[in-house]
Amino acid sequence: MTQRFRIGGGLVDRSKTLRFKFNGMSLEGHTGDTLASALLANGRRLVGRSFKYHRPRGIFSAGPEEPNALVTLRSGSSAEPNTRATTAELFDGLAASSQNHRLSLNFDLMAVGDFLSPFLSAGFYYKTFMWPKSFWEKVYEPAIRASAGLGALSGEPDPDIYDKGFIHCDILVVGAGAAGLAAALTAGKSGASVVLADEDFQIGGRLNAETHTINGKSGTAWARDAVGELEAMENVRIMPRTTVYGSFDHGVFGAIERCTDHLPSSNGRPRQILWRIYSKRSVLCSGATERPIAFPGNDRPGIMLAASVRTYANRYGVIPGKRVTVFTCCDDGWRTASDLIDKGVRVTAVLDTRDNVNFPQVPGARVELAERVVATRGRTGLAGIKLQRGDWIETDCLAVSGGWNPNVHLSCHQRGRPRWRDDIAAFVPGGSIPEGMKIAGAASGALTLSDAIGQGRSAAAEFASDLGYRTEAESKINASDEKTGISAFWSVSGAPGRAWVDFQNDVTVKDIAVAAREGYRSSEMLKRYTTAGMATDQGKTANVLALALLAEQTGKSVAEEGTTIYRPPYTAIPIGALAGRSRDKDFRPIRYTPSHRWAESQGAVFVETGNWLRAQWYPRRGEAHWRQSVDREVSETRRSVGICDVSTLGKIEIFGRDVGEFLDRVYANTFNTLAVGKIRYGLMLREDGIVYDDGTTARLGKRHFVMTTTTANAALVYRNLEFARQCLWPDLDVHLISATDGWAQYSVAGPNSRDLLRKVVEPSFDLSKENFPFMACAETTVFGGVPSRLFRISFSGELAYEIAVPAKYGRSMMERLMSVGEEFEATPYGTEALGVMRVEKGHFAGNELDGRTTALNLGLGRMVSKKKDCIGNVLSERPELNRSDAVKLSGFKPVNRSGMLTAGAHFLSPGQDETMGNDQGWMSSVAYSPTLGHSIGLGFIARGDERRGETVRAVDLVRGKDVDVEIVSPHFYDPEGVRQRG
Amino acid sequence: MIIDHPLLGPRDAAEFVCLGDASLIERPDGRADDALEKFYQYQFIRDNPDGVHRELWFHEYGDRSWLVVTRNTLTHEIYNVELAREVAREMGRGR
Repeated sequence: MTQRFRIGGGLVDRSKTLRFKFNGMSLEGHTGDTLASALLANGRRLVGRSFKYHRPRGIFSAGPEEPNALVTLRSGSSAEPNTRATTAELFDGLAASSQNHRLSLNFDLMAVGDFLSPFLSAGFYYKTFMWPKSFWEKVYEPAIRASAGLGALSGEPDPDIYDKGFIHCDILVVGAGAAGLAAALTAGKSGASVVLADEDFQIGGRLNAETHTINGKSGTAWARDAVGELEAMENVRIMPRTTVYGSFDHGVFGAIERCTDHLPSSNGRPRQILWRIYSKRSVLCSGATERPIAFPGNDRPGIMLAASVRTYANRYGVIPGKRVTVFTCCDDGWRTASDLIDKGVRVTAVLDTRDNVNFPQVPGARVELAERVVATRGRTGLAGIKLQRGDWIETDCLAVSGGWNPNVHLSCHQRGRPRWRDDIAAFVPGGSIPEGMKIAGAASGALTLSDAIGQGRSAAAEFASDLGYRTEAESKINASDEKTGISAFWSVSGAPGRAWVDFQNDVTVKDIAVAAREGYRSSEMLKRYTTAGMATDQGKTANVLALALLAEQTGKSVAEEGTTIYRPPYTAIPIGALAGRSRDKDFRPIRYTPSHRWAESQGAVFVETGNWLRAQWYPRRGEAHWRQSVDREVSETRRSVGICDVSTLGKIEIFGRDVGEFLDRVYANTFNTLAVGKIRYGLMLREDGIVYDDGTTARLGKRHFVMTTTTANAALVYRNLEFARQCLWPDLDVHLISATDGWAQYSVAGPNSRDLLRKVVEPSFDLSKENFPFMACAETTVFGGVPSRLFRISFSGELAYEIAVPAKYGRSMMERLMSVGEEFEATPYGTEALGVMRVEKGHFAGNELDGRTTALNLGLGRMVSKKKDCIGNVLSERPELNRSDAVKLSGFKPVNRSGMLTAGAHFLSPGQDETMGNDQGWMSSVAYSPTLGHSIGLGFIARGDERRGETVRAVDLVRGKDVDVEIVSPHFYDPEGVRQRG
Repeated sequence: MIIDHPLLGPRDAAEFVCLGDASLIERPDGRADDALEKFYQYQFIRDNPDGVHRELWFHEYGDRSWLVVTRNTLTHEIYNVELAREVAREMGRGR
């Protein structure tokens, strides 16, 4: 028989039957059910096993506080472990499975741990697995990991997509129960822009779970009408299925909206959206969470929070048992008894810990005051409870109420510390509440319905008028107020057996006593030592109980004990949602150069350099290894002409009367004297004297320079120039424009580069050596009028130029260079060949500029002008940076020319031990030089400039290499620079 | 955090890059006799207060203004946001 625990009433649509599976068994529920309510309707009480002892566990609550009913939803790559059945909305075809057991849920092999529990008390892991130390990694940890744990990840990529969004509003209302709806109505009517967010799919909060009336209407009907009224307001946005999980600085909130979790498939829509909500004011109406009482055997399936029991009956038309008993220390527990009796459910007994209670009529139920539960029985589900006086009561559902804890979480994310209130035996928001936030309703400790509505209204009215909106007096509310009497009662003492505090992490009352005895007497220490409150439910039902028990142990009051710190998120946020679209290739933006498509069409292999994709080499038919391609590109460039896309280099346009002076201060060398139409190489220091960037800067006009930076540092150099301009010398007449993306730029290098370019630039432009020598620059045109810039600079050491055109002409320029280059057999080359040629030429690059090297180390000490003040000048003179044994950039050749060098090797003298004390420097860049026919390297070695010709060892312990190398000049190729000046 | 940019109004802190102590504006004179000591203090010796702090922030994903933000490092309350160029001029910096 299906749904034998379904009764009448509630908000489920019985005309719509949904089929779902739990552990492979087909079951039915209705639209409006959660997985938990549907399981209970089918009489499924056992739904999972506990984390540590593998105890049988059932559904404990009806909301996000659920510690036990964690299931894996869906299967395959869509599987989502550790989902709370109490918040998972049922849909047709849903498949769920239980977690953390071997064999089957009913007979779990790992439950043997339960019999060993006397040995598994607080701090067990710390105490037991200390010896021998070597066993931890290989024996203990794998065994513990295999037996403990929750659901398993699929290990496959998540097939769903996630989005991020931004919302701005005047007033954010968190929670759409009575207080939240009242606040949203007041704020909405004032004209303020309002966001009303609620984690539930059914708006109304506990109005849907209780049998209250407002102005003669049922609470549910009042909520429905309120939603209708709000939906008609254009300035109000209602966001169901949206959990506001964090309160951040300056009115910013994080929220997660579950868009398609309640549907069989996302159908291409984002599954969840992570919202950042910017609010001017916020009203926190997050309600309260019921807490349990600890007593021996209080974790059997069938023992539930009392208010959740009536939630199932009132909202879902489901009864969690057929012979219900209630165990309470407050008036609220009695509502469960009377609501169930009103629905014709048999309530066997109500036990109240208090001795003097003015309780309602509960026909048919045995009433016991000053009574408590001392034991329970039933292996995989509750069968009976034992009273202190000694007799047993047959029952399959025990509803437990220990009072209500206001959901203070979001009030605490800005250093708020909750304050204890004796009258309601609970913590309420205290300390520094986030600016612009008010708390209304149960979240503030106002536990009656009319107080909730009143507080919601007044908070919204005050905020609306703060923001300049007008509010009108509102009609009186006539709500059925509940009784809220309580006498705090935490645990049943003096009875044998384990009493659970944190169900998910299997923490018992005894564990807390042990922790206190062993000196873990502060709440933060207790939490970490026992792991109470550290499971995925973050102790929503356990924390306050654990603190109260600790207070009992240490002889303090709960108020003195205080709470641990609440941090975001309020409930778990999937990593996928935090990542949003930033995954795989979209992890960060990709920057393509203007001729990227052309390079693709040539079959280029690309490499990531920062966000850029650059052609690394261009394989040709018959080339099986990258070295073949790179060697060819280098040789062909040196023989005839090669073309390389250098668009990614940073380009900064600098204008103004004082540019020369400005450049003198930001570069280590002098620029003021540079003639118009000339280029100079520049070295940039950090203020601490270390070299961080270099490049060429061209003077295109009296007041116009174009600076180039390395690809990696383009943004940093620009930032630093702005700092110098705005903060250090605000009255220099200097203006900056970042032009990196504006120009496509190509290096044309090799003996035939001049002849090739003659066919590209306007015919009247004189490229002769006399008119356009090495380090000259000019503005000219190409394609019959397109502006272009020509720089005669060389990174390869050949006669070479760089030609720049506006970015949109980049591909055309590349194609033109290649087509007119056909007669010279022009070769496109990538970053590898570029790197080989720069090592051959002895130019340093990113490998050498590692944040430790000075101009002196690079052999450019004299470039740092001592005639002027520039950034980094003073601190570059620190004695430690100018030691006589400082490392110097040098070249290295293997003594045996067939030896291969490796970057990262360290230099030692022959016969020396491989110790740090003997370390003389390191190899920073290596390449195979097709020009020289052997491996070459650049590196830093102590006094390298004085040791040319000496043989040392390049020792690479990581790769197990020890190669004899000769120290040489870093300039392997054309050291006099004849070719580049040609 | 939200930074109330003097020219652009409230902007999310994610648009900015934080450099740190605003005393970095007060770069010493590199030609002075005691320049090495002054630069040592300037570059390496900073306060890191728990409380009110004046910081340099750069609007990198915005108008590229450098700002001086007076902020409480404990509460993240922001008391004042100024254009660094104007602050620098008030401190006597010029050419």
